[in-house]
Amino acid sequence: MMRIPPAALLGLLFTSVFFFCAIFAPWIAPYGMAEVVGDVWEPSSSEFLLGTDSIGRDLLSRMIYGGRTTIFIATAATILSFVTGATLGFFAAVSGGWVDQALSRFIDLIMSIPSLIFALVVLSVLPTTIWTLIILMGLLDSTRVFRLARAVAVDITVMDYVEAARLRGEKIAWIIFRETLPNALSPLVAEMGLRFIFMVLFVSTLSFLGLGVQPPQADWGGIVKENKEGINYGIQAALYPAYAIATLCISINLIADWVLSRTTSLKGGRG
Amino acid sequence: MSEPLLKVRGLKIGATIYPPGEKSRHIDIVHGVDFDLEAGKVLGLIGESGAGKSTIGLAAMAYGRGGVELTGGEVWVNGRDVLQSNMPDKRRLRGAEVTYVSQSAAASFNPAKRIMEQVTEAAIGQGKFSKSDAEARAIALFDKLGLPDPENIGSRYPHQVSGGQLQRCMTALALCPQPDLVVFDEPTTALDVTTQIDVLVAIKNAIRDTGVAALYITHDLAVVAQVSDHIMVLQQGAMVEYGTTDQIINNPREEYTQALVSVRSIKHIEKAPTDTPLLRVEGITARYKGTDFDVLKNINVDIHPGQTLAVVGESGSGKSTLARVITGLLPPSAGEITFDGRTLTPDLATRPLDDLRELQMIYQMADTAMNPRQTVGTIIGRPLEFYFGLKGKAKQKRIQELLDEIELGDGFQDRYPAELSGGQKQRVCIARALAAKPKLIICDEVTSALDPLVADGILKLLLKLQKVEDVSYLFITHDLATVKAIADSIAVMFQGEVVRYGPKSQVLAPPFDDYTDLLLSSVPEMRLGWLEETIANRKMESAGN
Repeated sequence: MMRIPPAALLGLLFTSVFFFCAIFAPWIAPYGMAEVVGDVWEPSSSEFLLGTDSIGRDLLSRMIYGGRTTIFIATAATILSFVTGATLGFFAAVSGGWVDQALSRFIDLIMSIPSLIFALVVLSVLPTTIWTLIILMGLLDSTRVFRLARAVAVDITVMDYVEAARLRGEKIAWIIFRETLPNALSPLVAEMGLRFIFMVLFVSTLSFLGLGVQPPQADWGGIVKENKEGINYGIQAALYPAYAIATLCISINLIADWVLSRTTSLKGGRG
Repeated sequence: MSEPLLKVRGLKIGATIYPPGEKSRHIDIVHGVDFDLEAGKVLGLIGESGAGKSTIGLAAMAYGRGGVELTGGEVWVNGRDVLQSNMPDKRRLRGAEVTYVSQSAAASFNPAKRIMEQVTEAAIGQGKFSKSDAEARAIALFDKLGLPDPENIGSRYPHQVSGGQLQRCMTALALCPQPDLVVFDEPTTALDVTTQIDVLVAIKNAIRDTGVAALYITHDLAVVAQVSDHIMVLQQGAMVEYGTTDQIINNPREEYTQALVSVRSIKHIEKAPTDTPLLRVEGITARYKGTDFDVLKNINVDIHPGQTLAVVGESGSGKSTLARVITGLLPPSAGEITFDGRTLTPDLATRPLDDLRELQMIYQMADTAMNPRQTVGTIIGRPLEFYFGLKGKAKQKRIQELLDEIELGDGFQDRYPAELSGGQKQRVCIARALAAKPKLIICDEVTSALDPLVADGILKLLLKLQKVEDVSYLFITHDLATVKAIADSIAVMFQGEVVRYGPKSQVLAPPFDDYTDLLLSSVPEMRLGWLEETIANRKMESAGN
């Protein structure tokens, strides 16, 4: 029987609530996403649990739909960054020599440009759709995954079992996916949690700056932007998405910590 | 009778282990051990890995490594039960009354400080000697331990002296505070045999001259026979036998001790070379990329079908590099390798699959030679699938046949490497090599990391498989006892060259060249007085020259 520590349990609980709301948003949200249903910045009531926003839409519904957008973009971008970054990182480590050099220096070049500035430049040129955002964020972040995957794989490729596979005549795909990947999985899974958090923050930042998700589509960063003037009048509306982002990030972190401690073992582990 | 210097009664040591995903639990490492050690005597602690030797040695300093608890019993040093003493008292004990020499001097010295500073640190820190007295003592000890330039060697940094010299510096470190007891924890295990003998002589003389008592921990009975007065044999944290060195070596009572004494007594009759060698290495010269000296210089050796060539030499002699050249991992700069009538291409990537299949390799560390995320079934099954396209039932059947052949039997297919013992792991590696139906297996120090009795089992298995499968071995080792046990022909390597090569009976018979003589005479023999005899012989020879 697997024992889950309380901290990880808490993380799992909150994360599942967030993902559940994201997936079933149209059924859970009391009102439509862009539906104007009340006055500007109404306080919370039984009708509008979190009150209304800057143009009188139900804030709870905006939060739920916003979570759906934010989590979808972050998840898709994380997957893209891992598939690209890990594959290239392993490939560089297993190939070695000039392939490794060329790839690593190219990645260094991209990493030397601050990703927010890079994203702002690209988004000011390309049309801002969800898919542009995902691809841009995924590729930018894959540089960090590349660095981690390569570092982990370099340690693995010097092991005798990898040499044994080479001597057997195995192709590079077998060495990457069968010999290297299973042994690199636990640091990568833990990193995945952290990258996901970074994606949530990144997409929220872009939306806040007006270059991310475009209105009337709701997302957490956008909700902060739309309601930020309210803070001057003591209106909480801009703070709810901030709470949501913080809660989600901490929850994912708790899970990532647990995964890392559970799978990193002297035993080799089956996990 | 006076009170012994060290008195251990009912010593029990436990540890808490933390298996991942499970509750932590307590295990016993040492189950009630008793012994006495008189002032000025040497007690040898011997046993296999996990027998609790080092743990008992450290307990003499009232210390347990991280997670280890001294759970019961008494340890009396100079009439005080040190397990009961408080921290300041323990601190006064360690480094003043009891000192410690560890296995790896290289890992124990601080690389950022000069040797003299570290050797005198305890003597000064414990207030036993003034700085100038301690340094004078250290220089006298350097001289006694046979270190070159004793006046100035202390001003060097640890990386500026050789491994054997550093181990002697560590002995000086332990003796400098004039302790009553020194714990030697495998002080010569990491050294080459020709260096080991010098360090052994130095340690033995230093013990005799300073009159210090010592606990000498090792897994090599032949070594401990040279230095100790009494021997205690340990197995899994319990005492098996205790007696004088003479009694343990010449008249062991317990079955386990008898097995330890008679280890490596495998008899192997040498086969005559055939007309056509299976593998012919001609004029191989090789160097690593980015270096400007040859690691291998004009190597010429043959391996005959169904026979074993042992390549023997010290670390750095180029043994493993020769294996890398033959397997194609390191293309040579000159020379040619012929295998089964075909010329092998220098680079692994261009070799046909059959060349790869017929030339298999077994590694020293079975731990790192198997993917920890693959089951034994997958590890052995992959070559079957890869070379012969076996699948499903046929593959399962063949895996089981191989497991039977390496004497493991049922129930191993689904296990992970972490669930196997050291000897079992090495057996699985042998099965993986056999699965390819090879003509030649390169064995790179395959028994070096194993306990003597387990290593014996592996050697017997390899010999049996050679008979059944008619496979040839290229056996790389630094251990001459292993060579005697299994070789048909021998190549002695020294600094990248083969200095002696031929059938076993010729190589091991005089007249010797200087290096082979040194190497052969440095291997400890399982009898009393071997060390003195060898040193006396060497002195006579050098006087004769």
